[in-house]
Amino acid sequence: MQIKVENNKAWFLVLPVFIIVAFSAIIPLMTVVNYSVQDIFDPYTRYFVGTEWFEQVMQDSRLHEALIRQFIFSFTILIIEVPLGICVALMMPTKGRGASLALILVAIPLLIPWNVVGTIWQIFGRADIGLFGAFMTNIGIDYNYSSNPIDAWLTVVLMDVWHWTPLIALLCYSGLRSIPEVYYQAARIDQASRWAVFRYIQLPKLANVLVIGMLLRFMDSFMIYTEPFVLTGGGPGTATTFLSQSLVQQAIGQFDIGPAAAFSLVYFLIILLVCWVFYTTIMNMQKDK
Amino acid sequence: MSLTLQNVSRVVEGETWIDDVNLTLEPGSFNVLLGRTLSGKTTLMRLMAGLDKPTKGKIIMNGVDVTGVPVRERNISMVYQQFINYPNLSVYENIASPLRLAAMDEKEIDRRVRETATMLRIDPFLDRLPLQLSGGQQQRTAMARALVKDSQIVLFDEPLVNLDYKLREELRQELRALFKIRNCIAVYATTEPNEALALGGNTAVLNEGRLLQMGPTALVYHQPKNIVTAEMFSEPPINIVKGRVSEEEVTFDETVHFRLNSDLRGLSPGEYQFGVRASHIGLVPHADDDLELPVRVDLAEISGSETFLHVHNPHFDLVLHLSGVHAYHVDQEIKVYFPTHKLYAFDAQGKMVHSPARMRDQ
Repeated sequence: MQIKVENNKAWFLVLPVFIIVAFSAIIPLMTVVNYSVQDIFDPYTRYFVGTEWFEQVMQDSRLHEALIRQFIFSFTILIIEVPLGICVALMMPTKGRGASLALILVAIPLLIPWNVVGTIWQIFGRADIGLFGAFMTNIGIDYNYSSNPIDAWLTVVLMDVWHWTPLIALLCYSGLRSIPEVYYQAARIDQASRWAVFRYIQLPKLANVLVIGMLLRFMDSFMIYTEPFVLTGGGPGTATTFLSQSLVQQAIGQFDIGPAAAFSLVYFLIILLVCWVFYTTIMNMQKDK
Repeated sequence: MSLTLQNVSRVVEGETWIDDVNLTLEPGSFNVLLGRTLSGKTTLMRLMAGLDKPTKGKIIMNGVDVTGVPVRERNISMVYQQFINYPNLSVYENIASPLRLAAMDEKEIDRRVRETATMLRIDPFLDRLPLQLSGGQQQRTAMARALVKDSQIVLFDEPLVNLDYKLREELRQELRALFKIRNCIAVYATTEPNEALALGGNTAVLNEGRLLQMGPTALVYHQPKNIVTAEMFSEPPINIVKGRVSEEEVTFDETVHFRLNSDLRGLSPGEYQFGVRASHIGLVPHADDDLELPVRVDLAEISGSETFLHVHNPHFDLVLHLSGVHAYHVDQEIKVYFPTHKLYAFDAQGKMVHSPARMRDQ
């Protein structure tokens, strides 16, 4: 017979975690939920509106456009940054002074605050005084990110690639360093080509760090706010208005707290869902192999 | 297919890693490179493979100078201490990989892969990934990859070190049997004298980048040319005791005397270093002329079902290799019997000048 001794003391040990999580996640999230289902005029005048805000948000064509823009942006930068980051990592020197120098050079963009990055590119891309903008003008290309939507897009993408490719590169670099030298030696003895070495030795080792890198880059780019805000302010028109900018306009610009709260929740769920799908797919792909 | 190294040296950043090595490996031979860590075994193998170029000297394959020929153009394979396989390819694809790179016909690939896998007893696991196998099976896969293409030279760089004792013995036996029927040159690096003895074939003893002695394994063991070889080629190392030979008797460290016996009678009077194998000293006398020595116990080191007994008398230390497990306490006084007709004698420079008659016959 088993004797079961009930002891509730264990709950006290878990309590600190509950308190911390409550303050860091649950309470703020519940505040947003609170706003998203009520119409609040002042602390004493509020009406429960059910799903009305959600319905309104879901039918808002501005948000639809921002959402599409957001997806295009995130996938564009992933498609550019991941292969580029791998290439940079493969080309970085592995030994001697060159290695530490390359590491520092590659890491510099990561150390610059977002709004500074925006400012740098704002000046860099200006057609009259910016190095990049003036260069484009001089070689005869009519480049102006503040009036031409394509140029604006190009600049925002370029800026993000410049800012965040180093993250992928550093992750891959560390992954590559973990491959023992004998693997390369064995490949040489097997007379394997450079491509075969990449495909069968390096890429499998990079798979794990790449999953992390892609998830980080997706989440981060999906929430991008500061850089386009500083660079273009979402313009020209709404050409570079991404989801978080729409949200801020709604919440602080127009002070529509209810719809903004509903929108925040939808936004949060989208990120959660996409990341989950992405992660499960990749993990399943690895398991199948 | 023979491989000859002529006056090969390799100097890296001013340090001599391989110093003037001359050796010839015959076709169909099994060669053991025996040496301690950092003795240059791996460096020598890399030179044989063509992964590195010698600083001086020539490497000749079948009479053709291949010194500058890169590894890609030589037909060799190598097995490492680590289990090196392509992690995301199945065992089948791993074994097939060298053949695929040689653009071989699919049917022939299939035949060879299955044949090699059966030989190494990994045929039930062909569909698995290497990491889903045990260490021994992973190393078998790596070996299959090395053996599947008909290389002229197969290099083994301490391939069994990372396996457990039982597996090591098993795989070692199989490996030896595998090479009996092949006509390629096998080179096997190891730090363990017992492994060299178990593998047989030829043994080359390496120390600090120099080749000390090369020959049939048993001959090198029984007839070491110098003290270093004798010390390296036995586990525990051979006991060395300083002594003097006069007209009538042998004196160890001025204290222990015994009459010159028939075996040692050939030695001219003078100073020598005498070597006696740890397994030849016993706790009971085996022959009439065994020398009785009172000693004190330092340590009884039990290894498996054997005991390495470290003892000392006031002037020298000895190690005994006893079969069975023996318990002794520190400082215990015991008597050991020193076989005076099983002594090696080395001169002051460490060169062997006398080996026991019975060892010479072998």
